[in-house]
Amino acid sequence: MKSWLTTTDHKRIGLLYFWTAFGFFLIGGLEALIIRAQLVRPDGGLGVSAEMFNQLFTMHGTTMIFLALMPLSAAFFNYIIPLQIGARDVAFPRLNAFSYWVFLLGGLFLNASFIAGPLFGADRLSVAPDAGWFGYANLTSRQFSPGPNVDFWLLGLQILGIASLAAGFNFIVTILNMRAPGMRMLRLPLFTWMALITQFLVITAFPVITVALVLLMFDRFFGTHFFLPAGGGDPILWQHLFWMFGHPEVYILILPAMGIVSEVLPTFSKKPLFGYTVVVYSGVVIAFLGWSVWSHHMFSTGLGPIADSVFAGTTMLIAIPTGVKIFNWIGTLWGGQIRFTTSLLFAVGFIAMFIIGGLSGVTHASAPSDLQQTDTYYVVAHIHYVLFGGTVLGLFAGMYYWWPKMTGRFLSESLGKVHFWLTMIGMNLAFFPMHFSGLLGMPRRIYTYPAELGVARFNQLSTIGAFLIGVATLIFFWNLLRTRWQPANAPANPWGGATLEWAMSSPPPVYNFTVIPTVASRLPLWQTERHAPMVALPAEPPAPIHVPGGSWWPMITALGLPIIAIGALAHLIPIVLAGAAVVIVGIYRWAYEPFEM
Amino acid sequence: MSEHGAGAAHATTGTYLRIAAILVMITLIEVGVFYVPAFQSVLVPLLLFLSAVKFTLVVMFYMHLKFDNRFFAFLFGGPLLLALVVIVSLLLIFYGAVRLRTGT
Amino acid sequence: MGVDSRKMAFWAFIGSECLLFGSLIATYLVYKGRSLVGPYPHEILNIPFTSFSTFDLLMSSLAMVLALAAVQRGDMKQGKLWLFVTALLGLVFLGGQFWEFSHFLHEGLGLTTNLFGSTFYVLTGTHGAHVTVGVIWLLTLWIQAVRGKLGPKQALTVEITGLYWHFVDVVWIVIFTVVYLIQ
Repeated sequence: MKSWLTTTDHKRIGLLYFWTAFGFFLIGGLEALIIRAQLVRPDGGLGVSAEMFNQLFTMHGTTMIFLALMPLSAAFFNYIIPLQIGARDVAFPRLNAFSYWVFLLGGLFLNASFIAGPLFGADRLSVAPDAGWFGYANLTSRQFSPGPNVDFWLLGLQILGIASLAAGFNFIVTILNMRAPGMRMLRLPLFTWMALITQFLVITAFPVITVALVLLMFDRFFGTHFFLPAGGGDPILWQHLFWMFGHPEVYILILPAMGIVSEVLPTFSKKPLFGYTVVVYSGVVIAFLGWSVWSHHMFSTGLGPIADSVFAGTTMLIAIPTGVKIFNWIGTLWGGQIRFTTSLLFAVGFIAMFIIGGLSGVTHASAPSDLQQTDTYYVVAHIHYVLFGGTVLGLFAGMYYWWPKMTGRFLSESLGKVHFWLTMIGMNLAFFPMHFSGLLGMPRRIYTYPAELGVARFNQLSTIGAFLIGVATLIFFWNLLRTRWQPANAPANPWGGATLEWAMSSPPPVYNFTVIPTVASRLPLWQTERHAPMVALPAEPPAPIHVPGGSWWPMITALGLPIIAIGALAHLIPIVLAGAAVVIVGIYRWAYEPFEM
Repeated sequence: MSEHGAGAAHATTGTYLRIAAILVMITLIEVGVFYVPAFQSVLVPLLLFLSAVKFTLVVMFYMHLKFDNRFFAFLFGGPLLLALVVIVSLLLIFYGAVRLRTGT
Repeated sequence: MGVDSRKMAFWAFIGSECLLFGSLIATYLVYKGRSLVGPYPHEILNIPFTSFSTFDLLMSSLAMVLALAAVQRGDMKQGKLWLFVTALLGLVFLGGQFWEFSHFLHEGLGLTTNLFGSTFYVLTGTHGAHVTVGVIWLLTLWIQAVRGKLGPKQALTVEITGLYWHFVDVVWIVIFTVVYLIQ
């Protein structure tokens, strides 16, 4: 147990991320099911109050984005990237552990809000964040949100932001500086490429939301008027700052999944990725353009015709590199020797669902048509097609693909097929009708709706679909758990993959590679026209390999952050100072600890 | 292994002192420009230019970017450019909108 | 890539800090001229005083660079001296900020008085917090040097400290121009 608390091994940290994130995914899913049960009838199927409903959709969004999807991607960054680049670990192993602990503590802090009501003299289940996952001003002002709900939200997100930023720096340096000999940039596996681009988005976008949250905190705690008209402030500034973060954030969410798909398709088509270089450049262009589109979330705020046109234009442009990737994926499958494993099914499902989500996205790009769609369920359809149909399906593809490598055990393919088909049926049943209910005028974030709107039938379908997804996910959860009781007999390269993570045993030894390989091609383990497969690595290292021990300091330093947050929530400076002291002492002890890579 | 610029392409103490002198001089010029009424019409571009020069000198020489791996310039320059674009965009959006609405 | 990981990480961090300060400066600029009540910048900003602060920070960058050069060539006597001078000049800057803030408060410009106060204090306060961290960092290194535990082998650590310190100086160059000189 202690070794898990002090671990700095990227493989263990990856597993920690996985299980923690999956747990939050289930919580976020439960929140979604309650929402859907409530909306099954116009007057409210469950009798959930408006206040409770606000907390549910806020926490569903916040949890899924920050506590489930990003950390699930991080699980794979952690486990797979060092292996794919032929390294023994990341550049800063203790910083890596720190990122995990901060994530865990931030997630616990946010979810503690569900039970913290009585501490604030309020009912249980009443102080969770409730102003939407994007916290628009001035709903978030102390005047309109007097309770601690929004404070939980802004403090929790600040904590989580630190985890993401630290990981961003870590992986940029790891990928650029720790590649095995011969692993030139254009020989990097696609997943690692997309991860690298994602980290650049993280380190540029997160500072902006950090500032936005600080300004909000000052408005709420210290009486400033950054977003409050009474003091000359402009609530729209919040939207600008938030979406300057928020839009790159959605590319942070999708690019890793695109990277996974770009790994899975070649393996199960026995063909290299079609147009590798173009796919890489498309990823770069998507990231770059992703910074130029933020105000397409604000078409209804009166930006004026010039701003509207500019952002509509850039948004339409970004469809191009995305489309390019889709054609390249199809080109990869075309003429391949396809094996329909569960992983492949999810990857193909990703392509199909992401196309649908992308199409609704294109309709959003036109400012006039978006004016009808914005703030309706049409947007909810779009975001779930791209985030569930895209990111989640991509992550599932990665789970079925890499589970044998990470645990030495296979996930059941038959259960996997059930999981896949139920998920596909469930998600389309859940989200496709939302295009219609949205266009018929059903707004977002409402806990009941008028029967006259004529969207009841669509809502019923969505609710059934959501529960199907729930069942499918539980089946998957069972699939994960039952591998525990299976023999760990997965071979090194069960799928015949081409990249370095398949070179050593499943799971790899703690030092990853007996000998750091020298790489001569993009597909080191495959026979290609120009290259023989890499010579098998020796079974034992030629000389003992030093493996760094663990460290307590990442976890201890991380602990200081929620203490600061609790102090701020409770308006108790001594606790804030105590938390700061923990952080400072932690950093000093960390800096002076002898730690050899 | 650490890599600071090769010994030959390394600034000397003399260079550092000269740059410090230039930085001080430019600051004095900036303050002068601020106070002298004749410069009011070109105040903004001139001050922005002068401070950009100071910025560049400190980054290139004191932070050694001129002599270091070119990638560091990308790591810094990319986000710096992005920050500038963000500032300019917000200004255009907020002040452009005002101009459009008031018709001035 | 064959460069030191810590140095690369630090340049990435500095890049990210550009976005942090960029957002704060953007907020300041967007709200310029929109305060509903005074005091207004031209009534309260003290250019001669702030010019001195600017000069102080520029000199501290010089001291930092001299400290690094000394440590790199193994001259720890000079190294110690210049590290201390850098920290001292940093403290002088902070003292000046403290004085300036008290003076402004006295003149009626508080954090919540108007948009100018809010944006000014948050921007310069964030910068000041960065300077404070830098001073603590420098003094930590100085204490290490005094104890004989800092030498040319730790030159990279000193170099990274320098990168941080110069960046903080460079941000001030921008703030001085944008907040104080361009009113």
